[in-house]
Amino acid sequence: MRRAYIPAALSRQPWGVLLPLLMLVLFGGAVLYSAAGGHFQPWAATHVARFFVFLTMAMVVARIPQDWFRRAALPAYGALCVLLVLVELIGGIGGGSQRWLNLGFMTLQPSELMKPGIVLVLAWFYSVLPTGETRTWRALAPPALLVGFPAAFVMLQPDLGTALAICFGAVCVMFLAGLPLRWFLGAGGAGAVIAPLAFFFALHDYQRKRVLVFMDPESDPLGAGYHITQSKIAIGSGGFFGKGFGHGSQSHLDYLPEAHTDFVFATMAEEWGMLGGLFVLLVFGLVLRWGLKVALRAPDRFSRLLAAGMVATIFFYACINMMMVMGLAPVVGIPLPFLSHGGSSMMTNMVCIGTIMAVDRWSRRGATGLS
Amino acid sequence: MKQKLPLTSAILTNRFERRTFVLGMAQASVGALLATRLAYLSIFENEKYKAASESNRVNLSLIPPRRGWVLDRNGAALASNRADFRVDVIPDRLVDADDTLSKLSGLLGLTADKINDIKDKLDKARGFQPVEVAAKLDWDKFAAVSVRLPEMPGVIPQRGYSRYYPTGPSVGHLVGYVGPASAEDYERERNPLLITPGFKIGKDGLEKHFEVRLRGVPGARRVEATASGRVVRDLGTREDVPGQPIQLTILGGLQDYAARRIGLESGSVVVMDCATGDVLAMVSMPCYDPNSFSDGIGRIEWKMLSEDDHVPLRNKVLRGLYPPGSTVKPLVAMAFLEAGLDPKASVNCAGGLRVGNRVFHCWNHHGHGSTDMLKGIYQSCDVYFYHFAQQIGMDKIAAMARRLGLGQEFPMPYPGQSYGTVPDPAWKLRKYHKEWAIYDTVNATIGQGYMLVNPLQQATMVSRIASGLQLTPRLILDKHAAPPPSMGFAQDHLDLIHAAMNEVVNGRGTAGKARIPIENVLMAGKTGTAQVVGLQHGNGKNVEWKRRDHGHFICFAPFDKPRYACAVAIEHGGGSPSAYPIARDVMTYLFDPAKAMAALEELEQGWGGNVQQRMATRYNAFAAQYGTSAPRAPDEAQASKVVEDENKPAPEPSAAQTDAAPPAPEPDAPTPQPTPSPGTAGGPATPANGGQ
Repeated sequence: MRRAYIPAALSRQPWGVLLPLLMLVLFGGAVLYSAAGGHFQPWAATHVARFFVFLTMAMVVARIPQDWFRRAALPAYGALCVLLVLVELIGGIGGGSQRWLNLGFMTLQPSELMKPGIVLVLAWFYSVLPTGETRTWRALAPPALLVGFPAAFVMLQPDLGTALAICFGAVCVMFLAGLPLRWFLGAGGAGAVIAPLAFFFALHDYQRKRVLVFMDPESDPLGAGYHITQSKIAIGSGGFFGKGFGHGSQSHLDYLPEAHTDFVFATMAEEWGMLGGLFVLLVFGLVLRWGLKVALRAPDRFSRLLAAGMVATIFFYACINMMMVMGLAPVVGIPLPFLSHGGSSMMTNMVCIGTIMAVDRWSRRGATGLS
Repeated sequence: MKQKLPLTSAILTNRFERRTFVLGMAQASVGALLATRLAYLSIFENEKYKAASESNRVNLSLIPPRRGWVLDRNGAALASNRADFRVDVIPDRLVDADDTLSKLSGLLGLTADKINDIKDKLDKARGFQPVEVAAKLDWDKFAAVSVRLPEMPGVIPQRGYSRYYPTGPSVGHLVGYVGPASAEDYERERNPLLITPGFKIGKDGLEKHFEVRLRGVPGARRVEATASGRVVRDLGTREDVPGQPIQLTILGGLQDYAARRIGLESGSVVVMDCATGDVLAMVSMPCYDPNSFSDGIGRIEWKMLSEDDHVPLRNKVLRGLYPPGSTVKPLVAMAFLEAGLDPKASVNCAGGLRVGNRVFHCWNHHGHGSTDMLKGIYQSCDVYFYHFAQQIGMDKIAAMARRLGLGQEFPMPYPGQSYGTVPDPAWKLRKYHKEWAIYDTVNATIGQGYMLVNPLQQATMVSRIASGLQLTPRLILDKHAAPPPSMGFAQDHLDLIHAAMNEVVNGRGTAGKARIPIENVLMAGKTGTAQVVGLQHGNGKNVEWKRRDHGHFICFAPFDKPRYACAVAIEHGGGSPSAYPIARDVMTYLFDPAKAMAALEELEQGWGGNVQQRMATRYNAFAAQYGTSAPRAPDEAQASKVVEDENKPAPEPSAAQTDAAPPAPEPDAPTPQPTPSPGTAGGPATPANGGQ
């Protein structure tokens, strides 16, 4: 497959995933262009530009040797924890609810970066954990602490969606690391017991309301159920072929809230119909399949867990967001990767992609280029 | 068994691969679930969501239809529509009601009591029922509100039409008024038009009775609007279809004239056409102003109306019941004639009639001397009627009364008329289980006792006597109606009664000052003074207003060729002299409007202006005195209920009467001074029979 006239650095890139991804981002740009009433500003242009910036970053990440990853795992995790605390303190002093750092071209939420961060540090942990210890408490307690601290902190912000994403990535890594199955079953059982308790005692009022309204959006069509109701109207009214580019009344007439961020899938589905939705699902399927394949091919335990954990993180984003806009999950503030306008989530997802690409490189060391 | 084996890296790798596969499968099934859900929403529920999306996108607003006009017999408007600018608020869309109201009051210059009225209505309004803030705005104020709309969610300025009654209070009881639909109206009809800002439905009178015909079909405006209500573009407008007009038999000018001529009194005037039964005027005064009632009843106005002892909320023409007094005498004489009494038969009146050991007095204690039928009528001699009523019997008199319309209900387009009582022995036995007594006949023949009539019945009676036709009062103009049948009276009987009634006014009778100032037109009439039921104190004149005698006058003109019949009833006017000057001027208007108007204008100067001017003066006095401290006005539903209750038929007296009523005096005496009722901010009182 290798062609002599293509530089090796280019031909070695995993085009099978990058091309669909590029199409998805351009598609997202088109959706954002329409959502802005036919303007590149303020969303479409920055969306596509950011993708290229972060694609470059991902390619740089992909070239980092495995050793660096291993050595950076713990310090990076520590730094992110410090940032989380710092941002929380700054926000507290400012009296507002600012949870991000302004980097000039984008705002950075440390909690976002914690999603790949937790995967990295756990992959490192299990790679250094002696094989025999996998069945003992030593395989569980340190990771639990590693996850618990940032998850609890993000939960306090309060940002339920991100906290869940962090936990989900971590649990996936632990599952794949080979921890005994009965632990997960036991945890699942405990969760079934704790969830109702948490619902009544741990969740904030607005979060509780979201869950309640999720159960029955029509109970409050103008209040908390408004988001879900309007999103379902947008998707449902699109039909198979959609209303046509630029003709989405739900988004253009402001009935759909957050039309360019969390509910961008609904904006898209209204104008492009089920066809557009299947395209988005297909691209995510391709990306995730590629990621898992890379994980299965990976040369060692660290890279396997790293790649699979990153896949799980991307999956969680996409799955929860689409379930939310289609009324299958409560409204939690999670954007849709590569479609929603927003720098932080784009960066997180491209970090994940870059990391998987790096694992891909490590497994092909010495081997030939495009698979 | 596995737990016994030491874990090796190969086992872990194997476990990783298996679990990755599981994870991959889980992800694939979530993908499949999402695709299924997507298909379900966009294919299977497509229709439902398409409709929901359309109803989001397209905002349909109804345009209230223009109401049908109410016209008089010549086509002049009694109720029309006026283009105006108005501002409403929708309670459900208000974010900060107090803030919005204070902004509006600044922009529109609303007074404190008006603001309180609006707050009352906001408290009671449900959901999307609009509350009127102001109507009849000029363009500047309207524009000022329109440009500041973004700061005031829930405020709806619009241009539309509002009901306009050119002669205001003169047609209040005749036409009724309109108002915003109440919650009950909406429950009943479930029509979104009813909660459209600016739409009003008939609340009383003809406006209510002919609601369906007057309403029309609303127009609609379709716009594309954003979630916050900003209109993006117009998708089309359907014009409204105005309601059908109704043409009445009323003569607009006469109606207004009669209303004004009643002046400071509390009373009613009915004028009928002697050829057809057309009601030319039907006035009950004082009256509310339907214009301001239709804009919503304010607290000051409500206080003013509900505290007025002249009961402006009651339609006295249909629901006022009075003992008719001596106005029944032509009727009783007719019964005598029909029964075969020789009109020349006479009785000597010595001021009273002895029956057994009792003496029944004539109003004239000095006596009338020898009295035949003619003199009995024009001198209103009670003894003549006492005497022959004993001979003829009450049953014949009662039958004649019913034949001429007393005690009858006429098909008028108003709910619930009071139709009074025509007593006879069978009736008394049924009602009170008592035998008919001599004093009952005595009472009935002079229109006292159980006998109760409403002014419309009196007008019908006099029109039937005048024309000899069986006229039925008609309010809706019908040019092709069949001519009314004859009453079947002998012409010489009619001529005799007419001559006697002519004598009342133009000869030796009791109402010489009622002669109308027109060459060749002689008016015939009959006076009546009735004592207030159950109040027999003093002489019915120089006592407090509530206890004074009622004044009646029935008449027709010209006496030899009757064209118009008229009945006037003045509550507590102190006797017939309060009534016949009004009848005279109203009749004069029919023959020479300019002359009648000149007399009226002179009177109005003394009364403190015309009806509207006096109401305005009074309103200002109330506003200055009570301001915002007046109790809140009832909402439209309650108010129309109060108006309805005012107009319920009066109950009959529950106890049987035990004696003859002393006859009220019937002289052509100087008129007592009509005292302004408490609270009437009128000018100095002048004799009601001024301008002779």
